[in-house]
Amino acid sequence: MKVKSILAAGALTLALTAPAMAARDYISIVGSSTVYPFATVVAEQFGKTSGSKTPKIESTGSGGGFKLFCGGVGVNFADITNASRAIKSTEMKTCADNGVADIIEVKIGYDGIVLANSKDAKLLELTRKDIFLALAKDVPDPANPGKLIANPYKTWKEVNSSLPDTKIEVLGPPPTSGTRDAFVELAMENGAKSFDFIKDMKATDKKEYKKICHTVREDGAYVEAGENDNLIVQKLQANPNALGIFGFSFLDQNADVVQGSIIEGKEPTFEGIAEGAYPVSRPLFFYVKKAHVDVIPGMKGYLTEFTSEKAWGEDGYLADKGMIPMPKEERKMFSENVASLKTMEMK
Amino acid sequence: MNSTESNNSNILAPTKRLRQRYRAEKWFKRLGLSAIALSLAFIAFLFFTIFSDGYTAFRQTYIQLDVHFTAEEFAQEKLANADYPGLVKEAMSTMFPEVTGRQEKRQLYSLISPAAAYKLQEMVEANPKIIGTTQKVWVLADDDVDMLMKGKIDRNLVESNRRISDNQLAWIDSMIEEQRLEKRFNKTFFTTGDSREPELAGILGAAKGSFLTLLITLSLSFPIGVASAVYLEEFAPENKWTDLIEININNLAAVPSIIFGLLGLAIFINFWGFPRSTPLVGGLVLTLMTLPTIIIAGRASLKSVPPSIREAALGVGASKMQTVTHHVLPLAMPGMLTGTIIGMAQALGETAPLLMIGMVAFIVDVPAGITDPSAVLPVQIYLWADSPERGFTEKTAAAIMILLTFLIAMNSLAVFLRKKFEIKW
Repeated sequence: MKVKSILAAGALTLALTAPAMAARDYISIVGSSTVYPFATVVAEQFGKTSGSKTPKIESTGSGGGFKLFCGGVGVNFADITNASRAIKSTEMKTCADNGVADIIEVKIGYDGIVLANSKDAKLLELTRKDIFLALAKDVPDPANPGKLIANPYKTWKEVNSSLPDTKIEVLGPPPTSGTRDAFVELAMENGAKSFDFIKDMKATDKKEYKKICHTVREDGAYVEAGENDNLIVQKLQANPNALGIFGFSFLDQNADVVQGSIIEGKEPTFEGIAEGAYPVSRPLFFYVKKAHVDVIPGMKGYLTEFTSEKAWGEDGYLADKGMIPMPKEERKMFSENVASLKTMEMK
Repeated sequence: MNSTESNNSNILAPTKRLRQRYRAEKWFKRLGLSAIALSLAFIAFLFFTIFSDGYTAFRQTYIQLDVHFTAEEFAQEKLANADYPGLVKEAMSTMFPEVTGRQEKRQLYSLISPAAAYKLQEMVEANPKIIGTTQKVWVLADDDVDMLMKGKIDRNLVESNRRISDNQLAWIDSMIEEQRLEKRFNKTFFTTGDSREPELAGILGAAKGSFLTLLITLSLSFPIGVASAVYLEEFAPENKWTDLIEININNLAAVPSIIFGLLGLAIFINFWGFPRSTPLVGGLVLTLMTLPTIIIAGRASLKSVPPSIREAALGVGASKMQTVTHHVLPLAMPGMLTGTIIGMAQALGETAPLLMIGMVAFIVDVPAGITDPSAVLPVQIYLWADSPERGFTEKTAAAIMILLTFLIAMNSLAVFLRKKFEIKW
């Protein structure tokens, strides 16, 4: 009897909570973990003030976001994907193959990538060449320029005599992260270019060139600290000799405990990144599926909220969260694109 | 004579070998004890760090404002269109009339959480009669102010290294003097969903998500698990097929949980078209994960029921089905329930499979049903641990405390059920 009643109760719960497969009434957003802290603020603001449901935002990484976004058109697929890099032509092709033909590209601002250490340690002044020499897997042989050897440098002083005599120890994101992609591209590749023979290689053997520029050493000097930037900040406090790589918003929030190294003579400050003077910064984007704009409730409202001056403007709330706004003309251009739902050209 | 001598040397006087054996035993005991002491120390350390980080999260800093709900502000048709942030700013300006510069004003306004405006909107919508009056309202302070009040920002640092400027410190001190600033019980934490403002973030959304997910898991995995265990143990013939099934169930119990997430993504979302990020799909995936645990625990407890009970029941003329439902199953139930609760506790702490089906997401609205998107407790902990704002550190620890409370409660229930219904043979 008891068993029967338990079984009956189970069946009843299932029947009562049977799925109501209605159309989706909230926006579904996927994509970059770098854009996530900004998109979530906009989503929350939109949800609290408009009366619509708050959009759901998954942090899947830029690549994972495009994969979900380009899966097709319909309520089961994401409406918007955030990205910390522009869409690749292969991804655009996947999109087109799955019927996602009309995409609106919106650039939202910039993010700086900083190399920071504890406030207890000395502030470092680095060049991108130093960063390349300290972190690449293979570097030019100082005795025999033009040849590559496995990275022999153990201390910063060996890399550049003006730097302190401390062990090279850098905590950074793993290869799956967009921050890592941007860091190797903006810091290491540009550093590698200062060697002429590597620069020449770009024209002759592009694959080898990419490999030299983008491969990070694996002998323990670079520690993959996972995607958790807070953890890196905590580890930097515990170990003053270590440097960490993370986005500007984490430096901004933790300015009392960590300091951002000067790169090419430029400090990682809000103004420096906004002017484009700080060399290691990248644009942030989101991509909208045009076919969904009129179907999913709240899409237009969310887009308007994101592209409004009070959000992404110079004094907007996204700037408070550490996002670097675009210049005025660029903001105007992209908000007009959004208002007129201007799609990007498919390559 | 001879016998006493041999007694002396063999039994009463400890020989070298005997002493060695005693010593070995003593050391073995000490080793065991120190292992227990070590594991207890680890647990104590875990609890201590979580508690010391998290207990502050249950109190939050509030600021008292004299808000004048000017009638002109509400001339528009809809109450929602009024400029509530403007009202908050005005109240702050009247409190500190000496602040005039644009930069200074920005600093002053940033002491108050954006939540203040939502609160005023709620107040007006609940009682439009307050328009035109001045009300004393306690609103949430910004997370930086809160961190300062909790001693997590050092006042003695150089101004540039602090998130609170000297001006702001002076304003805060004067508010403390006027008793306009105080810490109160943090009700918000228990009544709201996620937020990007640490002072507004709550655990209810995730807790309800966990509850709905576990409800689905329980209502599917318990009946299915018990039925399979009963069939396999009491009715199934013993042959190659049942052996194969048994081996596979044992294997499934050891499969890493993320695999179930991938399976759920492929079948429930891509094939059946269930909505992503919902407790419905989460519950189904966790059902797959806990089923083997429940079946194995169920079979073990059915096995422990003595065969004499079955024989006696069959002997007095009960059918096989009556034997099972009237005698065997009630006796095996405590063991089955224990297994189920432990499986549920495991499911409660699981994040990996949920990653695949989109439950690791920012969701503000508290889910109302199983097809609303929602997060679960461990996911919420993960998301907060990864947020840049300092205020989330204590929220993370507080969320861990809540999760641990649930886990301990569930495990104690399992122990209680076992103790209460256990029958010793």
